[in-house]
Amino acid sequence: MPRLFRSVGFVLLFVTAGASPALACAALIGPNGAVNLVRTTTLAGYHDGIEHYITSFSFQGGDGKFGSIVPLPGIPTKVERGGGWTLQRLIRETQPRREVRALLSSPASERDGVRVILETRIDALDITILEGGGAAVGRWARDHGFILPPDAPEVLDFYAGRSPIFMAARFDADAAKQRGQQIGDGTPIHLTIPVENPWVPLRILALGKQGGDLVQADVYLLTDIRPAFLPGPRRGMFLQYSAPASPELMRDLRSDKGMGWLPASGMWLTHLAINSAASDLTYDLAVDAGAGTWPSRQPGGIAPALAVGMILSAVWVTGLAWAWPR
Amino acid sequence: MAPVKVMAGAYPLARLSALSGAAILLAALLPGVGGVGRPEPQVVIITLRHSRFLPAHLTVRRGTPVRFVITNVDPIDHEFILGDEAVQRRHETGTEQEHGAVPGEVTVPAGSTRETTYTFTRPGRLLIGCHAPGHYNYGMRGWVRVVD
Ligand SMILES: [Cu+2]
Repeated sequence: MPRLFRSVGFVLLFVTAGASPALACAALIGPNGAVNLVRTTTLAGYHDGIEHYITSFSFQGGDGKFGSIVPLPGIPTKVERGGGWTLQRLIRETQPRREVRALLSSPASERDGVRVILETRIDALDITILEGGGAAVGRWARDHGFILPPDAPEVLDFYAGRSPIFMAARFDADAAKQRGQQIGDGTPIHLTIPVENPWVPLRILALGKQGGDLVQADVYLLTDIRPAFLPGPRRGMFLQYSAPASPELMRDLRSDKGMGWLPASGMWLTHLAINSAASDLTYDLAVDAGAGTWPSRQPGGIAPALAVGMILSAVWVTGLAWAWPR
Repeated sequence: MAPVKVMAGAYPLARLSALSGAAILLAALLPGVGGVGRPEPQVVIITLRHSRFLPAHLTVRRGTPVRFVITNVDPIDHEFILGDEAVQRRHETGTEQEHGAVPGEVTVPAGSTRETTYTFTRPGRLLIGCHAPGHYNYGMRGWVRVVD
């Protein structure tokens, strides 16, 4: 394990708000090709070489099936339902006076060059963990009903070049209705991922969007020390909060389902808001949360030219979404 | 970006130039045999990758039949539509799902290779476009310059 991630924990969070129809986790491409603008929140934690990645798929109404594909930094050993309030609690910690809509309201086989590593169903979500190159994953997605926008081939290659692991989440809106899920209800997903170089995708959030479209996301990071980022705050990326995590926050998070991996104290909480034109979001986020070294550009998918003048490192990844046709 | 020139006539008929930075080899041009009567079609190999035409810019000599051999390495379907602005507009708003019967118009499914042959009869500039939803606006377009 690289020393910069030894004994480190970080948490990444995306919050969804106000999308319709379908589920809200990152960008959504509707069956008609229209993009549903949503704000995403995801939590990824890193501690003792294990990344804990928590994101929420929120039912926003509509019929049929919809999907989302999220690039991952490694192969998950466990995919399970996440805790019921972790995401909301982090938001409350950093945005105490801000109204946040659409929060979570309640608690391998080879095929076409793609290896299916894991399949599971959580509530109305069918989760598939895939390993494969960008084109192969794209073919798999297309064969499984995902509508790929024209930038998908390049974006999938962008991610597959660093980590050929993807999570496809297919949301069955009809099943959600049958389960009694209401609009705004979310299904938190918690992935446990052993990784050497954790990263969080940001570029994926711009998938299917026009250059001037706004991409909005909230990224939360919990680390053992004050982290460094690559890239640092820049146009479209704003440092909203940076302070030691309060004992109350840690106590609350640790009491949520599956959150016992968090240390009881001593973590640093950072909140970065993404409020960027899609054309500017050409990178992911790297975080150095441990040794005080600079993160490398590679996990952030950052070209050398873009890296000039950047100071920090470690990686974040957010989600990508496609529509599951009706 | 320098164009790929397809010059019909004696020999050689093609010149490959450097293309955009991200492009790999984008076209290969084979010299025509030049028989009696109609000239042999010149072959232009076009790769569709990351929702781009590679190469996107060509120069051909008027009167040359060009056989476009188009390979789509993307996991999504594309089109190769050759024509003027009006043709591109018509396809951008049209509802045809498949192309192939009209010279210079062909649908290229993901991972496949298709061909279409087109004879350039007038000097000027024609456009190449893909009109799968969102592709033309994304930048999946190019042009062919026809010279005497
Ligand atoms: Cu296309």
